[in-house]
Amino acid sequence: MWALALIGFTLLGPALPALADGELIKGVHEVRDGDERTPVGGVGVDVFVGEEEVGSATSADDGTWSVPVPGSGTYRVVLDVGSLPDGVAPTDPERTELDNVDVRSGQEKVVRFQLGPGRVVESDPWARAGNLFIVGLRFGSIIALSAIGLSMIYGVTGLVNFAHGELITLGAVITWWFNALLGWHLLLAAIPGVLAVAAFGGAQERWLWLPLRRRRSGTVALIVVSIGLSFLIRYGVVLVPFGGIPQSYRQYAIQEPWRFLGLEATPKTVAIIAASIVILGLVGLALQRSRTGMAMRAVSDNPDLARSSGIDVDRVILWTWIFGAGLAALGGVFFGISEGVEWQMGFRLLLMVFVAVVLGGLGSPYGAMLGGLLIGVLVEMSTLWLSVEFKNVIALGAMIVMLLFRPQGLLGQRERVG
Amino acid sequence: MDVGKILIDGLRAAVGVPAAAFAVSAVGLNLQFGYTGLLNFGHVGSMLLGAYGLAITVDLGGPMWLGVVAGIGAAVLFGLALGYPTLRLRADFLAITTIAASEILRLVFRSEFARPLTGGVFGIQSFADGFFALNPYPDGVYGLGTFRFDERQLWVMTLGWLLVGLGLAATRRLVYSPWGRTLKAVREDEDATASLGKNVFLIKLQSLMLGGAIGALGGMVLAIDQQNVNPDFFQPIVTFYVYTIVIMGGAATITGPVIGAVLFWFLFEAMDGFVGAAVELGWLGPWFDSTDVGPIRFAVFGLGLMLLMIFRPQGILGSREELMIDAR
Repeated sequence: MWALALIGFTLLGPALPALADGELIKGVHEVRDGDERTPVGGVGVDVFVGEEEVGSATSADDGTWSVPVPGSGTYRVVLDVGSLPDGVAPTDPERTELDNVDVRSGQEKVVRFQLGPGRVVESDPWARAGNLFIVGLRFGSIIALSAIGLSMIYGVTGLVNFAHGELITLGAVITWWFNALLGWHLLLAAIPGVLAVAAFGGAQERWLWLPLRRRRSGTVALIVVSIGLSFLIRYGVVLVPFGGIPQSYRQYAIQEPWRFLGLEATPKTVAIIAASIVILGLVGLALQRSRTGMAMRAVSDNPDLARSSGIDVDRVILWTWIFGAGLAALGGVFFGISEGVEWQMGFRLLLMVFVAVVLGGLGSPYGAMLGGLLIGVLVEMSTLWLSVEFKNVIALGAMIVMLLFRPQGLLGQRERVG
Repeated sequence: MDVGKILIDGLRAAVGVPAAAFAVSAVGLNLQFGYTGLLNFGHVGSMLLGAYGLAITVDLGGPMWLGVVAGIGAAVLFGLALGYPTLRLRADFLAITTIAASEILRLVFRSEFARPLTGGVFGIQSFADGFFALNPYPDGVYGLGTFRFDERQLWVMTLGWLLVGLGLAATRRLVYSPWGRTLKAVREDEDATASLGKNVFLIKLQSLMLGGAIGALGGMVLAIDQQNVNPDFFQPIVTFYVYTIVIMGGAATITGPVIGAVLFWFLFEAMDGFVGAAVELGWLGPWFDSTDVGPIRFAVFGLGLMLLMIFRPQGILGSREELMIDAR
C-alpha cells in the first residue's frame, strides 16, 4: 500500500513537497543585555521559499515562536522588524534576514535573531511609500526590459512566445556561470550572458520559427510549440545543470543602503534603475531613428505592406528576435542582481511581463515599457495596504480591468484586438 | 534494466487512476479547445477548484455531494469570470489571462492568509472517507505480478472510468446537437457564424464554463485518490499534460481524450522508468545523477509536445481534415 501511494506521488508530483511530519523552524526572541535575558513577545517571523511565504509566527509572552514548514529544504527566515516593541532593535541590522536556513527531514531547526536594547527607527508612512516606490521602479524597469522583446516579437510575427521567460532565466544563469564558476566580475560576465541569449534568440527564429511559419502552422500550434520549448529549456537546459538551489552573484549581493531624506536605497537598486532608463531610452531612439528600428515598426504595423515596400521581412524578424532576446537576458541579469538567480525566475517574471504587455498594448514596444514600469510600481506600492501575497492578484486584477475597458491597452492599436 | 517491469509499470499507469482522472479532465478541455477552438491555458485552475471545493466542504463538515456541487459551481464561476472579459478578444488574450489566473489561484490557495480555509501549503487531507466507506470491493490485491491494484485504487478507478464513459456519452450527444455544430462553426469561422445570427460570445462562454465543470470532476477524482489536496500539485504544467493528451488522442474527436490519456500515461511512466534506469546504469554519462531524473522527464515531455505539435498536430490517430488547429 505504501509503495503504491509512493508511485502515485512520483506520477503526479511536479513539485509535491514530501509531507514528512514535524519539520519546524523555531527560536526564542530575547533581549540580551550583558548577562540579563528578557523574553520579547509579539514579534513576528516570516518564512519564505524564494519569494513565496510558507509560514509565519508571532512570539509568545515567553519569547518562543515556531513555524511548521512543509518539508526538508532551504528556507529564508525574516524577522518582522516593524513588530519589535520600542526600545528593542536587532543588534546587527544586516542579520534580520537569514537566507540559507537548511532544514533536514524531521528536524526542528533553531534560528536565533540577535536582539538588543536600541533606538527604534521612526516608521514614517511617507518614507515607507517612497521606499516602496523606488523598489517598484526597480522591479518595473526589469519587467519593462524583459517585456519589449515579447511585445515586439508578437508585433512582427503574431506569436505570443511562452518560452520568453526562459530567455530571462538563461540570461541570469549563463551570467552566473561566468561570474561564480569562472570568477569573472559580474559586469564582465553579463556580456557573454546577454550575447549568448541574443544569439540563441536568433538561432530559434532561424531554425525553428521561420520554418514553422513557412509551413503555415497556425497561431495556436505555434503557441503550443513555444510551451513545449519552455519546458525543454527550463528543465533540461537550466534545472539539470544549474540545480534547484537559488544562487546569488559574487558581487553586489549585500550592500549598505544609501539614505537620503528618510528614503533608503541600495546602490545596486539605483544603478539598475539608472541603467534601465538609459537602455530603454536607447531602444526608443533605435526604433525611431535607425533603419532596422524603423523597419521593425513597419513590419509590426503591416507585414504585407512592409514586404511590398522592399523591406526584407524575414531579416527584420530575425533582428527583432536577437534584440528582444538580448534585452530579456539583460532583464534577467538585473532580476538576478536584485532577487537572486533561480531556475524558475523567468517563468515567475513572465506572468508580470504578460500583464505589462497587455496593459501597454500587445505589440507595442513603448507600451511594454510603460506597462512594465506601471505594473512594477503598482504591485510594490500595493504592499502598503495589502499582504505581499497579493502582489500577483493585484497584477492580474489590473490586467482584467484593462481588458474590460480598453483591450488594446494604453498604447496599442485597436484593430489587433479582436 | 528490467524492461518488462518498466513496461508493466507503464501499463499500470495507463489504466490506473491518473489516466482516468486526466481523461475526465481532457474531455472538458477537448470541448473547449478541440471543438470550440478556445485556448484555455488555465484548465488546471478548474481542476484545483473542483478538488478544493470538495475538500473544503467536507473539511467544514458538509456532505460529499455538496462538495461536488461546490467544486463544479466554483469552476463554472471561474470560467465565467475569465471568459467574460476575454472571449470577445483574440485567442491569445484568453491564453494569457487564463494561465495567469490559474497560477494566481494556486498562489492564493497556498497563501498564509487563506490557510484557515485551504490549509495553506499543507493542504487538506482525509476528506473522502465517505466515498471509501461505500467501496464494494472486498479487501485485497487484484492482478498479476507487478500489474496489480488494491481495493481502494480499484474503487477510485471504477469512479474515474465511469465518469470518463459518461463524459464521452455526453460529448457525443452534445457534438451532434445543434449546439455542438455551432461550437465547431465558431471554431472554423466566427464571423460566418455570427452572420447566421448565432451569439458567438455566448456559445464560447458556455463552452468554457461547461468544460471547466468537467475539468473540476477530473480534479476531484485525483483528490479522492490521494485523500489529499495540495496547492503545489496544481502547477501550470498540469494544464499542458491535458493539452498533450487532447492533441495526442486527436483534438475534436469523441474518443480522443481517452486514447490520449492512456497513451500519455503509458509513455510518461515508461519513459520515467527508462530514464531512471539509464541514469542509474550511467548510460547518460557521469554528469547525471538520480536527482536529475525528474527534470529530464519534464524536459523530454516538453520536447515531445513540440514534436507532436510540429509533426502530428492532428494526433496519433487523427486525420488532418477534421482539424487544422488554428485560432483567430
